[in-house]
Amino acid sequence: MTVFTEETRARAREIIARYPADRSRSALLPLLHLVQAEEGYVSPAGVEFCAEVLGLNKAQVGAVATFYTMYKRRPTGDYLVSVCTNTMCNVLGGQEVYDTLSEHLGVGHDETTADGKITLEHAECLAACDYGPVMTVNYDFFDNVDPQTAVGVVDELRAGGRPMPTRGARLCTLKEMAVQLAGFADEREGAVADGGPGEPSLRGLRLAQQHGISVPGFDPNTPIRSKAEAEKAAAEAKARAEAEKAKAEPAAPAVQAKGGDGASAPTGVETATPEQAAGSTTRDVKAPDDTSPQVRTAQTRQPDAATAVPDAPGTKVPSDPVPPAPRDAQEAEAAGAAANPPAGDGKPAGDEAGAQERNLKEAEAGKGATGTGPAVASETGGQK
Amino acid sequence: MTTPRPETLAKLTPVLTKRWLSPDAWRIGTYEKLDGYAALRKALKAHPDDLIQLVKDSGLRGRGGAGFPTGLKWGFIPQGDGKPHYLVVNADEGEPGTCKDLPLMTYDPHSLVEGVIIASYAIRANRAYIYIRGEAVHAARRLRNAVQEAYAKGYLGRNILGSGFDLELVVHSGAGAYICGEETALLDSLEGFRGQPRLRPPFPATHGLYASPTVVNNVGTIASVPYIVLGGAEWWKTMGTEKSSGPMIYSLSGRIVNPGQYECSMGITLRELLELAGGMQPGHNLKFWTPGGSSTPLLTAEHLDVPLDFESVAAAGSILGTTATQIFSDQDCPVYATYRWLEFYHHESCGKCTPCREGNYWMVRVYRRILSGQGTYEDLDTLLDTCDNILGRSFCGLGDGATSSVTSSLQYFKQDYLDYIEGRTAPKLSEKTLVGAH
Repeated sequence: MTVFTEETRARAREIIARYPADRSRSALLPLLHLVQAEEGYVSPAGVEFCAEVLGLNKAQVGAVATFYTMYKRRPTGDYLVSVCTNTMCNVLGGQEVYDTLSEHLGVGHDETTADGKITLEHAECLAACDYGPVMTVNYDFFDNVDPQTAVGVVDELRAGGRPMPTRGARLCTLKEMAVQLAGFADEREGAVADGGPGEPSLRGLRLAQQHGISVPGFDPNTPIRSKAEAEKAAAEAKARAEAEKAKAEPAAPAVQAKGGDGASAPTGVETATPEQAAGSTTRDVKAPDDTSPQVRTAQTRQPDAATAVPDAPGTKVPSDPVPPAPRDAQEAEAAGAAANPPAGDGKPAGDEAGAQERNLKEAEAGKGATGTGPAVASETGGQK
Repeated sequence: MTTPRPETLAKLTPVLTKRWLSPDAWRIGTYEKLDGYAALRKALKAHPDDLIQLVKDSGLRGRGGAGFPTGLKWGFIPQGDGKPHYLVVNADEGEPGTCKDLPLMTYDPHSLVEGVIIASYAIRANRAYIYIRGEAVHAARRLRNAVQEAYAKGYLGRNILGSGFDLELVVHSGAGAYICGEETALLDSLEGFRGQPRLRPPFPATHGLYASPTVVNNVGTIASVPYIVLGGAEWWKTMGTEKSSGPMIYSLSGRIVNPGQYECSMGITLRELLELAGGMQPGHNLKFWTPGGSSTPLLTAEHLDVPLDFESVAAAGSILGTTATQIFSDQDCPVYATYRWLEFYHHESCGKCTPCREGNYWMVRVYRRILSGQGTYEDLDTLLDTCDNILGRSFCGLGDGATSSVTSSLQYFKQDYLDYIEGRTAPKLSEKTLVGAH
């Protein structure tokens, strides 16, 4: 088992100090990056370390560590090569890049080469679609890759070289990268300055520059109106608008009708609704309005100014007049943690060999007792 | 390549992206020379309520996809309630197709930092967090550097510029979970839990981070604030449409000559965007596209003239989303594209609610069957039925988003599905590619 160094402990304290004193759990994600920086993955020892410094149990930490893709559960290589195979990169050739690399390196997704140099993975969208297909090495970008250039990059890495990413900083190892993810500055001289913008990021700007286009009327000294002034101006504008509306009244219905049917007639002829288009017989509930289901759901999920917000200040929340104090949750959790001490063998609490037996015995004993008897009996009956 | 017409070029509105042309704009010295932190000085002299009013007047709407009015959101924060307030910036950019926040944070990180300080001052928050996607390492480097520089110059910390306002700002890296872009999942993640969405109400405005009043805003939203403070609401509204004001960064990718970021007046059409981007690649004809990432229903060549603002895209049966315009041609298969997106939603579903967790799992399998040439007509009904059980019935928008491409591709491209089922299209997935598929 790895013993974490005093340096790591000092860094852990520094991370925890970034968050409010009674909210140290917020430090968990950066702490998991920190233990990954030490070991190259989140090991049982790493989980135990995080649990110890935050006063959590290992099950609580393990539950978080296993949720996130970037926390690796097996030792990794020095370089994590991620190839985007999400739709856009995929159709532009990302899948061939991944397949070629996989064959060339002899490893599959989330596997590491025998020399311990490279871990390969296929990634979901890496937010660089205008540079697709892309791959990253320790999360720094190699843009517009094809199978040959990708193989060239991994060969150079395996030979001990460090090819320069298209954008982003010069490469470091995955462990060094994890220190940065834990929230520490990149100490390498010049690394922050590396990597200027690529052409796709600047395309619109270049066009505007070439044709001398800028947004007119920008005056940085425009005064900020006081709220009262702004409200007065708004009221005046509203009155003006209403006066104009009154004038234009006869034309209004036509505009309304146009706005109203816009939602239902985007496609014209036969494909008026998804149901009809697909010839489905499964939809038996008629939509209450002619807006598409996606739009209706979006409106419910993302209310705009016109939608009443249930708990906006000033509105009554019908149930639960006393908002739960954050302390309550914490105390309950602390009590739970105290009642479930870590098992001490790398397994989550309650998982040790004897626990199951004890539970069974308790269940047996419970059979005779009042109340719980029938339920337990039927449960065991069901198992047979 | 023909030059775009002057009236199309006039729709370019370089505002948020403008500093990207200066290679050193990420350094505080250069940033200050380019109007940097002027908005902060101006804002700190105003009353916080006046700033909220200013943002309301500007009509700024959230740039993260939902388009919620930003000033209204800030106004929901109860004042004088004795609780700490928080500002959390959602920098967990990961919606397939979306690629506007990463360049902004990499090339102009101080504009975000400055926006954070102004927004925090307006909502009376003394702590702010930028939750940045874990994989965005270079943007995080620049952002952490910018925060450090801002502290050194007295723009962050105690008594900022002598105003008596204190602010601590922490850049918090995520760890690879798309769901953390959902604001309540983000808050759970920031509190050190699995990133799973919370039931709403209560909304973050009253019970957000640490059960305290919290504003969660997208990077583009917060980075817009300094410009509104400087140029004023009226100037901001000279761009965009009446209900969707301001500039918007349109991210064009796919089968076009010049993919990239185009900051334009909101309400530009795809036809005009294609003109700016040099048109389709030779030999490719537009077949389908997403107006704002993979969670927005597909549109087709019929929708070239739909103004890309919140209202018009909704009227056309889709959602403006993040204005991540992914453009596919007649050489791309909508069935396969949808399958790949579903693989994504299946992988990223947090597992909290059954419709999304199980629905996406099974839909992926149905797609694999169709694409390997073993699909049946019933599969199409199964897909729609499954979507019906996910849309509006899942815990958060991730499940809803997953159904978008399924229902819209079935709406517009049913023939492509039938071609697989009836054997006219060769199977795209073989037994070999299915082995080891995750």
